[in-house]
Amino acid sequence: MSTNTIHKKNIYTCLEEIKDPEVPVLSIIDLGIVRDIKESEEDGIEIIITPTYTGCPAMDMIAMNIKMTMASYGYKNIKVTSVLSPAWTTDWMSEEGKRKLKEYGIAPPNPKQQVCHENLFAPNEAVQCPHCNSHHTHRISEFGSTACKALYQCDDCKEPFDYFKCH
Amino acid sequence: MENTFNNKDSSKVPPSEGFREAYTLHLADTTLILAQRNSEWCGHGPILEQDIAITNISLDLIGQARNFYQYAASLIGNTDEDKLAYLRTEREFKNLLLVEQPNGDWGQTILRQYLFSQFQYLLYQQLQNSKDEQLAAIAAKAIKETSYHLRWSSEWVIRLGDGTEESHARMLNAVDELWSYTGEMFIPAEYETISGVDYTLLKQSWTEKVNSVFSEATLIPPSGGGGAVFMQTGGKEGRHTEHLGFILTKLQYMQRAYPNSEW
Ligand SMILES: [Zn+2]
Repeated sequence: MSTNTIHKKNIYTCLEEIKDPEVPVLSIIDLGIVRDIKESEEDGIEIIITPTYTGCPAMDMIAMNIKMTMASYGYKNIKVTSVLSPAWTTDWMSEEGKRKLKEYGIAPPNPKQQVCHENLFAPNEAVQCPHCNSHHTHRISEFGSTACKALYQCDDCKEPFDYFKCH
Repeated sequence: MENTFNNKDSSKVPPSEGFREAYTLHLADTTLILAQRNSEWCGHGPILEQDIAITNISLDLIGQARNFYQYAASLIGNTDEDKLAYLRTEREFKNLLLVEQPNGDWGQTILRQYLFSQFQYLLYQQLQNSKDEQLAAIAAKAIKETSYHLRWSSEWVIRLGDGTEESHARMLNAVDELWSYTGEMFIPAEYETISGVDYTLLKQSWTEKVNSVFSEATLIPPSGGGGAVFMQTGGKEGRHTEHLGFILTKLQYMQRAYPNSEW
């Protein structure tokens, strides 16, 4: 495959199909972890991704899914490279991704993150309940079911929910 | 997954361990051993939320350890992250003595996490400006998670220290158990000269922060009767307390019993 035949747009469309195994409504494009697509040696394609969290166990699976999906579209010689710098932040998540998250029942990261600081016993960040849209919610734990989530509860509808936390 | 720094033809490079390799392994071993210790709480935490918190911290630390081991493997050549974690002996591990200390009660685990996270946070602040691009990238990535560990463990030290008579007494006991393992963090091994870290500044900032959290927690750091407190050392050079051997026995069991097994 030559440079001319690599259409980044087509590749991005293929990558849209690959979901985060832990939040299956989000594609890796929504998450903002695909950093670049390059032509590599021997007519291959190199896809450069960045991990969301250092210890995210989904990253190996995502890399494997990229290779499998690309192969199913006839792309050969796919190389997946992981780079750390600059570090991923929740700001890289697309607006579309945030909307899908909320629909799925996970509160999306607030646009202006308020908890990335060292202050102790800081007041809870105001997080909107994804079920009834109330802002009367409180944090149960800063550590949730996966590395990327905190656990909240709504004071109005009483439902517990996950919040995609500051990073 | 391949990493950008893995650009050597490893088959041609003989294994070697210079300062950079040793320092990276020291960072890797320290995070791995603390992750292993914290993971012992999985399913045994005092309440569900805190069980989840300590095991999340464990997972973050394993992630950091993997990054450091992968980088170390690329520097050393002819090895990989799994071999470095599973096939090195006790005397080859360079982790801090603090992180291999037993979990004790919940208070002791919390205090160990706090003393370490306070150190790690300040260390990564400096390391993210390292001339070594890969170490700088790992530190810049990991410091975000470390800030969560630090805030969580600080708050628990304060809650328990300034809590009930029972929790206060247990925290005093934890300080007695762990304090003599803190000095080692600020005494650089020979290979740490490549880190570019200012250990005097590190110690000074750490001491200030710890004093402030301890004072809120109504705890007092041991003063050694006005003189210097005796500090244990050796972990960075592979001389460990009796605990590390037992940790590795468990951690490395599968690879030792069934060499080269994968899943
Ligand atoms: Zn609600």
